[in-house]
Amino acid sequence: MKKTLLSLSNLTKQFDGKTVLDSLSLDIYDGEFITLLGPSGCGKTTLLRLMAGFEHPDAGTITLSGEDLTGTPPEHRPLNTVFQHYALFPHMSVFDNVAYGLKMEKRPKEEIRERVEEALAMVQLQDYMRRKPHQLSGGQQQRVAIARAVVKRPRLLLLDEPLSALDYKLRRTMQVELKRLQRELGITFVFVTHDQEEALSMSDRVVVLKDGLVQQLGTPREVYERPANLFTARFVGETNFFPGEVESIHDGTITVDVFGLKRTLRRPDFPVREGQSLHVLLRPEDIRVLDPADEQGVAGKIVERNYKGSTLDSVIHLEYGTEVLASEFFDEDDPAFDYRLGEPVKVSWVDGWEWLLPEEADESVNEDALTDA
Amino acid sequence: MPSITRQPFRTAVLVLVWGWLLFLVLAPNLLVVGASVMTRDPGTFISLPLNLDAYRQLFDPLYLEVFLHSLYMAAMTTLVCLLIGYPFAWALSKLGKQRQLLLIFLLIVPFWTNSLVRTYALKMLLATNGLINSSLMGLGWIDEPLQMLYTEGAVIIGLVYLLLPFMILPLYSVFDDLRQELLLASHDLGAGRFATFIHVIVPLTLPGVLAGVMLVLLPAMGLFFVPDILGGSRNLLVGNVIKNQFLDARNWPFGAAASIVLTITMAILMLAHRLSKQRIGEEGA
Repeated sequence: MKKTLLSLSNLTKQFDGKTVLDSLSLDIYDGEFITLLGPSGCGKTTLLRLMAGFEHPDAGTITLSGEDLTGTPPEHRPLNTVFQHYALFPHMSVFDNVAYGLKMEKRPKEEIRERVEEALAMVQLQDYMRRKPHQLSGGQQQRVAIARAVVKRPRLLLLDEPLSALDYKLRRTMQVELKRLQRELGITFVFVTHDQEEALSMSDRVVVLKDGLVQQLGTPREVYERPANLFTARFVGETNFFPGEVESIHDGTITVDVFGLKRTLRRPDFPVREGQSLHVLLRPEDIRVLDPADEQGVAGKIVERNYKGSTLDSVIHLEYGTEVLASEFFDEDDPAFDYRLGEPVKVSWVDGWEWLLPEEADESVNEDALTDA
Repeated sequence: MPSITRQPFRTAVLVLVWGWLLFLVLAPNLLVVGASVMTRDPGTFISLPLNLDAYRQLFDPLYLEVFLHSLYMAAMTTLVCLLIGYPFAWALSKLGKQRQLLLIFLLIVPFWTNSLVRTYALKMLLATNGLINSSLMGLGWIDEPLQMLYTEGAVIIGLVYLLLPFMILPLYSVFDDLRQELLLASHDLGAGRFATFIHVIVPLTLPGVLAGVMLVLLPAMGLFFVPDILGGSRNLLVGNVIKNQFLDARNWPFGAAASIVLTITMAILMLAHRLSKQRIGEEGA
């Protein structure tokens, strides 16, 4: 049983009459790395600002280890923030930036010096203490911001898209470094991002948010492999949606008609009845591309192929009009395998790798909501 | 192709800018420097030999007193402008964009009227039988008119009135650039409002303060028509001395030397401003 550190209950926040958070509740466990994931405007940053105390909720409470923090100003909350654009004080040296929080606590000079040096050593910046922020690279500034936030030994560290301004390679390095820091410090990390890959690779748990509501809360594996609804399925990773119709229901399995294929699939958790339409979700890596002569599978032809280094990603246009994304690993037997455009193929998948979702009332895809901030 | 058509344009612009700077900035200033080290001449205004008599004359107790009093009034003007302008600019930067533009527009509107005319208008307000005195007496709050005109206070009021926008605009610019995230970061790290003001807001708005001081302090020593209209004979500015030396006393070397002192003061302030900006990394390292 995990211990709850920060408990958010029924948080509601409106800006100019627009509801940004809608009675949101969430328990954050002590020592975990939890990620708030969602498109821009989903309320993830507002949620973080409420935790930090920069905004106050219209309704609901925030408690830290049972102590009510709802009305506490940010300077009296035992948690610290790493800002998206670092927010380093430009007129202070790296040392003074990191020392700022400790000076505000009126710590003795000697202690401040020791702790600042320790924090800077942790992010490998001990040789840059005298520099000004503008003399550092983006990645170095980011590390100063992290050192400045952890030097106060907060119970909880809030990170607001801290890696979004870094280039791809540096971002990957910082992801690993942040994980290491979190393990070493044992501090609870609340990480905000719109990058689903980042969320999956770093988190113990992921909170998928949309329109101020929690869509799904679970481990990265749960969120990716067993999305709770169409939004999560679409937002987290690439997904193929096949329309299915329930033909018959058995113990533990159901037979579904997908593009004329009769497949016997695991019975889903939601109630099903015969004749019902549902979605069969398949990740690109679950798709099997077969020879056109194969008896199983849905016929189509290759309309696009992209060499991705470790995988070959292709788009297959099915005879039914749907386009399917497939991602196949190169294997040892055939390192040169490739498709030519227009090549006829058949598409199938291994039983059990699919995920079923019921049809939803409002299925109009909000494409805007899916694009990154 | 574009380089051929652009080249003459580029050259023309450069010639224009450099020509302007050489003939209208550098040359007149060199003439002033030249005049300051020459000898006073009743016929031709200036003549050889070269000497530093004019600078020596600046240390004459009489002129030193005028200079210090002028500096004092200019400093008071600057202080009052800063005390009004700083909170004003801060509040201004927090308003919505529409309102900001409106208020800045209102701030600039007075420039459409000649400052001499506006100073006369101020005189009508401050005069013994002016609007303020007659209103206060009409209300029965005072029995005798207050002596406001021809005082040091009147000069300072006049200077503040004319120069306040020059303090507000650079301050508004630094407040507008002040990133809210930095203030949040300060609170997040445990600083209250006052500590945040002292440790973050003041240092980051310092370049604006110095720019404002530069734009107010120097003109406040030079706007000779303000004491002419509002100040009486005792409240002279350095500007009055310079004007008198050139137009009335016909002592060009001395007038030029006084003017150069102002220029040097300006240069020192500009250096301080540059250093303060470098400190927060806005200009090269």
